[in-house]
Amino acid sequence: MLIPHPILGSRDAREFIYLGDVRLLDRPDATRSDAEHSFCDYVFLRDNPAGVHRELWFHEQGDRSWLVVTRNTTTHEILGAELARDVALARKRSAQ
Amino acid sequence: MKFSGFRVFAEALKGNTGWRPLWRDPEPKSDYDYVVVGGGGHGLATAYYLAKAFGQSRIAVLEKGWFGSGNIGRNTTIIRSNYLLPGNEPFYEFSMKLWEGLEQELNFNAMVSQRGVINLIHSDSQRDSFRRRANAVILAGADARLLSREELRAMVPFLNFDNARFPIRGGLLQPRGGTARHDGVAWGYARGADSHGVDLIQNCEVTGFRISDGKIRGVETSRGYISAGKVGVAVAGSSGRVMAMAGMRLPMESHVLQAYVSEGLKPVLPGVITFGAGHFYISQSDKGGLVFGGDIDGYNSYAQRGNLPVVEHAAECGLALMPMIGRARVLRMWGGLMDMSMDGSPIIDRTNVEGLFFNGGWCIGGFKATPASGYAFAHLLATGSPHQTARAYRLDRFSRGYVIDETGTGAQPNLH
Repeated sequence: MLIPHPILGSRDAREFIYLGDVRLLDRPDATRSDAEHSFCDYVFLRDNPAGVHRELWFHEQGDRSWLVVTRNTTTHEILGAELARDVALARKRSAQ
Repeated sequence: MKFSGFRVFAEALKGNTGWRPLWRDPEPKSDYDYVVVGGGGHGLATAYYLAKAFGQSRIAVLEKGWFGSGNIGRNTTIIRSNYLLPGNEPFYEFSMKLWEGLEQELNFNAMVSQRGVINLIHSDSQRDSFRRRANAVILAGADARLLSREELRAMVPFLNFDNARFPIRGGLLQPRGGTARHDGVAWGYARGADSHGVDLIQNCEVTGFRISDGKIRGVETSRGYISAGKVGVAVAGSSGRVMAMAGMRLPMESHVLQAYVSEGLKPVLPGVITFGAGHFYISQSDKGGLVFGGDIDGYNSYAQRGNLPVVEHAAECGLALMPMIGRARVLRMWGGLMDMSMDGSPIIDRTNVEGLFFNGGWCIGGFKATPASGYAFAHLLATGSPHQTARAYRLDRFSRGYVIDETGTGAQPNLH
């Protein structure tokens, strides 16, 4: 698989390390009263869809950036990649 | 129809005209006491033990494709019971005992061959950790033997003992481990279940669950609605997809694991050899093909095929371990869907829907578990309580903090 890195262009997937579902960006609020429950969901449960999946990849043998890659899990077709930093900042802004 | 040497002889005299299909092909009824979703090894074994060991009736197995079209037909056929943790080892040893009597039980040749499984040791600390594992295995009533470098060399002289990065210092042997004929296992259980009155229904995809008042009422299928008292789901790599239809999110991801087989060669491998440090394991089939594999590809996948980097990695590991296979050509390769759980261990449990039961999360090691998984799941379905060897396989163990993490890598499915 080739991952279209937004800065470096097309890079071989073997330069990357896979972490998982992009929802791992949404760390629960530890100060809330239901934090125990929400952290359990956050750490252990996954949607695991067959089809389009947004997921975190780390460019370990490259610029060491985190990417959010959109990929089809039934065909391995990669539909896009963004810097995870941009995704996280956009989410923060939209949450405010 | 009973199989025997005499039967083979008699059929030969009659031009093999007396053989009949191994199971019926019934139309689905509108109503069953038990519906097992998934006609793979685990689902068929579940139906068999429900009928045979627990005396239940009105059972159906629903399979989307054909029996054995999933992981029971896509594995590397290894059976072993050399786990470390107390939540796992008694279960896998129970499975091994069932393997040992399987062919007599089913009157079907599953080609169970206890040719031994060797895990290689490369360092002093690994020897210590394998010694601990061996002791845990022996405590659970299974067998394990630590091999010195010389003993190992006498058994498998062709390994590269002086590899610069991973010199081989010894091995952990389970003499009772080995291989079995994967398709034969599925067919044997299917035939056994059918002969005990189980309706085996192929080409019948479950498309939804009918649930009301927190209780399962039945399943929607591509061949119409089927009402059911209890529903057991055993669909391996598709667990996430199927349980999502019941509104559940599971502690697992689906990944692809590839396996490879070479062209047929003369017998060279006495048993199974695993090279954990290099992500490689290998055995030789009775047809002569070297059957080998490595790690999962490492990203979520439902594609039943992987990518080349992992193929290359497995081939490199194989060549580093056994330089003699350098000129063997790979004949076929394939991928199977692994429901990789968050601690690397399986789940056999009820769900929060009454009457709906789940069996999955077998990660990369479901084949060896087939008999015990079926037995334990049937026990749970029939009696409502977990089998004594499967008590740790609870769905809520993650929230309660009782994970069974053999590799100690935490909630990261692609590392198990």
